[in-house]
Amino acid sequence: MLRRTLLASAAATTMLGGVVMADGHGPTKLGFVFVGPVGDGGWTYEHNQARLAVEAEFGDAVETVFVESVPEGPDAVRVMTQMALEGADLIFTTSFGYMDQTIEVAANFPDVRFEHATGYKQADNVSVYSARFYEGRAVQGHIAGHITESNIVGYIASFPIPEVIRGINAAYIHAREVNPDVEFKIIWAYTWFDPAKEAEAAAVLIEQGADVILQHTDSTAPQAAAAAANDAGGRIYTFGQASDMPEFGPLPRVSSIIDDWAPYYIARTQAVMDDTWESMSTWDGIGAGMVGIGDISDAIPAEVKASAEAMVTRLAAGEYHAFTGPINKQDGSVWLTEGETASDYGDDSLAGMSFYVEGLTAEIPQ
Amino acid sequence: MFGSIDPLLLLASLMVAATPIMLAAIGELVVERSGVLNLGVEGMMITGSIVGFIAAIMTGSPWLGFIAAAFGGAAMALLFGMLTQLLMSNQVATGLALTLFGLGLAALMGQGYLGVKAPSFPDWDIPLLGDIPIIGPIVFQHDPMVYVGLTIVAGVWFFLNKTRAGLVLRAVGENHEAAHALGYHVVRVRLLAIMFGGACAGLGGAYLSIVRVPTYADSLTAGAGWIALAIVVFASWKPGRLLLGAYIFGGMTVLQLNLQAAGLPLLDVLPWIFGVIAVLILIWGITVSRSLSNNLITIVASFASFAVLASGYRALGWSFNDQLWLSASPYIATIVVLVIISAGGAPGSLGKTFHASR
Repeated sequence: MLRRTLLASAAATTMLGGVVMADGHGPTKLGFVFVGPVGDGGWTYEHNQARLAVEAEFGDAVETVFVESVPEGPDAVRVMTQMALEGADLIFTTSFGYMDQTIEVAANFPDVRFEHATGYKQADNVSVYSARFYEGRAVQGHIAGHITESNIVGYIASFPIPEVIRGINAAYIHAREVNPDVEFKIIWAYTWFDPAKEAEAAAVLIEQGADVILQHTDSTAPQAAAAAANDAGGRIYTFGQASDMPEFGPLPRVSSIIDDWAPYYIARTQAVMDDTWESMSTWDGIGAGMVGIGDISDAIPAEVKASAEAMVTRLAAGEYHAFTGPINKQDGSVWLTEGETASDYGDDSLAGMSFYVEGLTAEIPQ
Repeated sequence: MFGSIDPLLLLASLMVAATPIMLAAIGELVVERSGVLNLGVEGMMITGSIVGFIAAIMTGSPWLGFIAAAFGGAAMALLFGMLTQLLMSNQVATGLALTLFGLGLAALMGQGYLGVKAPSFPDWDIPLLGDIPIIGPIVFQHDPMVYVGLTIVAGVWFFLNKTRAGLVLRAVGENHEAAHALGYHVVRVRLLAIMFGGACAGLGGAYLSIVRVPTYADSLTAGAGWIALAIVVFASWKPGRLLLGAYIFGGMTVLQLNLQAAGLPLLDVLPWIFGVIAVLILIWGITVSRSLSNNLITIVASFASFAVLASGYRALGWSFNDQLWLSASPYIATIVVLVIISAGGAPGSLGKTFHASR
């Protein structure tokens, strides 16, 4: 019975959809596909906050649905297809791993608009958007290079994709700039969200001498693991990831990268309502407000805090690019010459970054 | 050879990593020995983790948290027990539903407890034993729950093999019709076993949220319950092998993270691991059992040939995905064990519905 109603309404929407919406009779329907649970305290939490912000902004004019913890792969196709069949006008797919699935489903539903986060494949009805998290990583690296005493920085990485590799490079370049002896130990967790594994990874890095832990996974578990190590007499520093994670300040969390998707989501919803939506590629950083740097706590020396804040200001104003030459690749070949900044797209660009910079000793897993 | 890995810390963290899955698995083992297949381990674990976490935060005492977690897990299990034993619903479907229900319930209860750190649960420095070189830091300097877990495993072994009640439970699991004819109360025995399983799963979940992570997040268990189910099969329903299985599964997680952090490729280490295992088994065979059975020689030879194979593969310089093989290894081990024991040992009435009228 339910299925029949669903199909009937889907058919009706397909036939009448555009007309009804353009007249503004029905609410605009938004779908959100989340890679983790909305309660992860990090990445998905912030995307959900932006969803709530859209609801608060438009009230009854929008209707949102979301599905959380959707595995990257065939399951995502099912979820997106169902949302499209239920009459969604705009679907946000919020993880890199949904890239091919988004393109696939979008081809089947030319009238539904899709927004894919952090990917690089566009279509007439698929926009891509991402934030320049690497600007925040540069600030983290700067602070990490100053405050580490063991000169070992631990990095919990998720998957070997350009976005994560950019973050590692940006952090390493700026840590080495202030501390030539710094060494990065990198663990690939191969998950976006697995609190037990993330906590275990943090514990292993601490055991192997790291006293600063950077994470590119979505839960607060590494923060809690570091806090537990501090309770036991250690002094470990961490940075909030994707969300501010202020509960873990002032130690171990000394600052954070905050993703603020709300203005973008509101603007794109408005575009759908006004029928001005076009496929585009958005990549905003600290300057545009998509990347925020959380409060730098007083647990770190005042002069480090001041220089980090100065860097944030220069990044925001566009006076400084986080990848400014001279920078060599890991194999010693020249990537950027003196004063040259990395380009967004093209050969050896930021968008497709698949190499480490000189000085990192690990290898990117294949 | 070890790089920056400290073997003592590695073995010590192996015991910690194995504890949650060991707790959940030993509970499920008792449930399955009584002839019930409860696939809801994941749901009971996550319920235990949030109930225990809330109790620990409210009272400030991790111990009360664990007690609450055991009750929470047992309550979830009782729900399963009533549905499957009294209302005779399908065990597989009910178990899966229990997992879904538990995940949703925990997410609901967890609202307001995200990003909160659990009260600290200090390690237990056991005097004298903890001071033994090498063994002390590995075995005797953990938090008390590690020992609670080991005690439960030992207790279950004793219960199943040495007590009358354990014999009754096994009888119920092997052939419930016969047990019923002998006058044993099949449903009562099974309900008790199911609740014990739930309590253990709850403890395992709470170990994650209170000790190992130590915070609560949605989907915290991330599949640990399913691994616990796999361990029970790996262990062929025997508590001793279950301990080994939990340490293999836990050890692989820890080893893989350690190797990565130290920047050591697995392939460089693999021949050593296989070689050491072969030698250890050989020594054990010569000194303890004082005879070399054909079986033992086969096992030693296969480990030795694994070592040769691994070093040969390495010499050829072919590509090798460390992560893939390490993640898959516990499951490969399960398959190998199942092949060796030919899937024997499953309780006769496992998963079958019992009704006294038939």
